[in-house]
Amino acid sequence: MLLIPCPYCGPRSEEEFSYGNEAHVPRPKEPEKLNDAEWAEFVFIRSNVKGVFLERWVHSHGCRRWFNVARDTVSYEILAVYETGAKPPKLEMRRAV
Amino acid sequence: MMPRYSIFSLLRNALSYHEDWPEAWRSPEPKPSYEVVIVGGGGHGLATAYYLAKEHGITDVAVIERGWLGGGNTGRNTTIVRSNYLWDESAALYEFALKIWEGLSQELNYNVMFSQRGVLNLAHNQHDLRELSRRINANRLNDVDSEFLTPAQVKRMVPLIDLRAGGRYPVLGATLQRRGGTGRHDALAWGYARGADARGVDIIQECAVDGFRIQNGRVAGVETAKGFIGADKVAIAVAGHSSVMASLAGFRLPVTSVPLQALVSEPVKPAIDTVIMSNAVHAYISQSDRGEFVIGAGADKYVGYGQRGSLPVSEETLTAVCELFPCLRRMRMMRQWGGIVDICPDASPIIGKTPVDGLYINCGWGTGGFKSTPGSGWVYAHTIAKDEPHELNAPFSLDRFRTGYLINEQGAAAVAH
Ligand SMILES: Cc1cc2nc3c(=O)[nH]c(=O)nc-3n(C[C@H](O)[C@H](O)[C@H](O)COP(=O)(O)OP(=O)(O)OC[C@H]3O[C@@H](n4cnc5c(N)ncnc54)[C@H](O)[C@@H]3O)c2cc1C
Ligand SMILES: [Zn+2]
Repeated sequence: MLLIPCPYCGPRSEEEFSYGNEAHVPRPKEPEKLNDAEWAEFVFIRSNVKGVFLERWVHSHGCRRWFNVARDTVSYEILAVYETGAKPPKLEMRRAV
Repeated sequence: MMPRYSIFSLLRNALSYHEDWPEAWRSPEPKPSYEVVIVGGGGHGLATAYYLAKEHGITDVAVIERGWLGGGNTGRNTTIVRSNYLWDESAALYEFALKIWEGLSQELNYNVMFSQRGVLNLAHNQHDLRELSRRINANRLNDVDSEFLTPAQVKRMVPLIDLRAGGRYPVLGATLQRRGGTGRHDALAWGYARGADARGVDIIQECAVDGFRIQNGRVAGVETAKGFIGADKVAIAVAGHSSVMASLAGFRLPVTSVPLQALVSEPVKPAIDTVIMSNAVHAYISQSDRGEFVIGAGADKYVGYGQRGSLPVSEETLTAVCELFPCLRRMRMMRQWGGIVDICPDASPIIGKTPVDGLYINCGWGTGGFKSTPGSGWVYAHTIAKDEPHELNAPFSLDRFRTGYLINEQGAAAVAH
């Protein structure tokens, strides 16, 4: 079970949060110009990283604010928490096979 | 020659205290190259190897497994087998698999312990009732057996269930697929392994694939812990690790990997002789031949490759099981575990070609691919041998996420076992 440090409320149990999957997936600037393959990429395809993953969480049963988390999806260690819109911190983006 | 298992071989081997049984498959060193290399020695990879050899005469095949056979989801699942899926494409594929199950022990000369004890899906509210009635009609149109049970009929089949009014999860009815049931998980892997090996397939365990060699857009082989192995064709069947394999080969998949959990109780006398599923409350229960209650729980809500699963998930399931079966409240759970399942946005699998020539993918079975193992292996072998999908798996292409032709089997609780 994760103890997630909400940047606004402090550490809380994972049950208080909802998940937003991968962070930094840019919304298309000119949606009308996207072809089907680009739409598929935006809507369905995520990196699903085994290793350090940048992801979005929302504190649904708390402050209800979104934020980003850098988490190792193998050890489940939370390496950094940062605001939506901010650049990810410098981390070693390790990958496992 | 593979010695046949029979009552006579059992008797003969009893005389030598069962110490002289031949090994069920060889453990060869890999050859420098093969016609087909299959990555992943779970049920799907092994069944694929078996049907490549049996149906297509392609025996120059290696199955390369990182751990041991069936040590992935194949050996971790709750073994529910059914085919009552909603959409035509799924019904056709899962029913095809169920028909193979019905004769599989005979065909493989290996007891996969397929037990058609029936599978019930409970309805807890009006919406469930309507959803399940719709499903029954869809199933019948597709020649999949499916019937409706009233609460009284449910009680007759499952006397342990609590149907007194006022519970948290009232049972308003259920669907029943009588031809559904359970199978023996590792026997399925071992039976296919033995059958494939007897036809010349090399099964290589404890050898991880950690890269692909791709030349001019075409696959040339795999990099492994035992060095490079060349191949005309490479077929991926690694379940939860599909995205990892795809990224090594330079493409991306619409898959999310999460741990799915199960638990077993201490063994007791036979008390439940069917399978009861409740999609809405995330609880699935059957009783194994050893007497343990086998309970399937939910999946974590976030990406994870840790084969354990989160505690709130199993708590939620056990709460529901205790509500439905109050007499199980004092049962002790003996083991709990997780397996990494690969879930597609439409909860349907991907079986077909990839952007790399000669490289194929079979993934996205998520929480419910044990039942389909025979059918999946059969259509995947066809796809690899002919370099084009069979009509049963053509709709399950990777390209459907571009065309928008999704096959949405997402259940009420976003899982479909
Ligand atoms: C708890 C749980 C309950 C389930 N319950 C049901 C159920 O009741 N009914 C049902 O139909 N389905 C169920 N499922 C789903 C089902 O188990 C899977 O869909 C199915 O077993 C997948 O089979 P597979 O052969 O594709 O994958 P696996 O059996 O996972 O095989 C993949 C293999 O690939 C290997 N591998 C991974 N990476 C590499 C590498 N780099 N190199 C070499 N090898 C590699 C792994 O070690 C593994 O052995 C359940 C799953 C879980 C986890
Ligand atoms: Zn908060």
